[in-house]
Amino acid sequence: MTDTTSKELKVQEKKEVTAPAEQTQPGVVFAPNVDIFETDQQINLVADLPGVTPDSLNIDLRDNILTLSADVVPLEGADENALFMEYPTGRFYRQFTLSDVIDQNRIDAHLKDGVLRLSLPKVEKATPRTITVTAG
Amino acid sequence: MFNTRLFGVPGFGSFQPFDELSRMRRQMDRLMDAFWDKPAFSLGASVFPAINLTEDENNFYVRAELPGIQAGDMDITAAGKNVTISGERKLAAEDASAKYHRREREGGRFSRALTMPKDIDADRIEARMSNGILTLRLPKAESAKPRRIAIGG
Repeated sequence: MTDTTSKELKVQEKKEVTAPAEQTQPGVVFAPNVDIFETDQQINLVADLPGVTPDSLNIDLRDNILTLSADVVPLEGADENALFMEYPTGRFYRQFTLSDVIDQNRIDAHLKDGVLRLSLPKVEKATPRTITVTAG
Repeated sequence: MFNTRLFGVPGFGSFQPFDELSRMRRQMDRLMDAFWDKPAFSLGASVFPAINLTEDENNFYVRAELPGIQAGDMDITAAGKNVTISGERKLAAEDASAKYHRREREGGRFSRALTMPKDIDADRIEARMSNGILTLRLPKAESAKPRRIAIGG
């Protein structure tokens, strides 16, 4: 995490995905870019969800499958004409399988400036423990 | 299709060599269409950030997805028809002990200059960040606005 700030950013094309079930509403669905990292106590997930508000975001964890889905309300006004469009907009959807046992009661989610930060604490028995061996 | 009309033999279904040709051409056209027609984003961006430009009667709107960028990390300048958006996306530094499983988000500097199709009123430009989307409202200059012309009776 040290010198990521010095390089020039490149355009990443949004990754279109197909939702698991056929959709009832029209439109394209995209997979958000995520960072997932793990410490001894918890798994953290950071996702870029531009245009998503806290009430349009759905986070669901069941049977070790974490599902993120979010609706995006288009910002374009009704009387605006598109001159050129370089990025498409649409819903976000992505699923993850979590291998560790997560303490569901202590999950914490923050959405700020279009970035979701989810911390999934591991349950006590899943956190590694070092056992000191005493000679004798 | 003039080929078939000129050379095809009507009524003799078994001998129509140009039918096969035009069928192939149609297939090629279809393939090319699928390749070129990206309806929603016909112009792929080459410079970060990707931008959507729209207009209504009085304004141009520039929108860009910039999740996680604070207003203070961004610099917007305007001169004449040109608008420049530059800044830096800083990713939060994580705990040194963190093990990464996935790393798809990127941080870094960016700068993009845009030229509006018509003159804009640089003094009245408004910029807003909401939920990671930057919206610039660029009022059109008086000379660039469409004018209704009354027809004299």
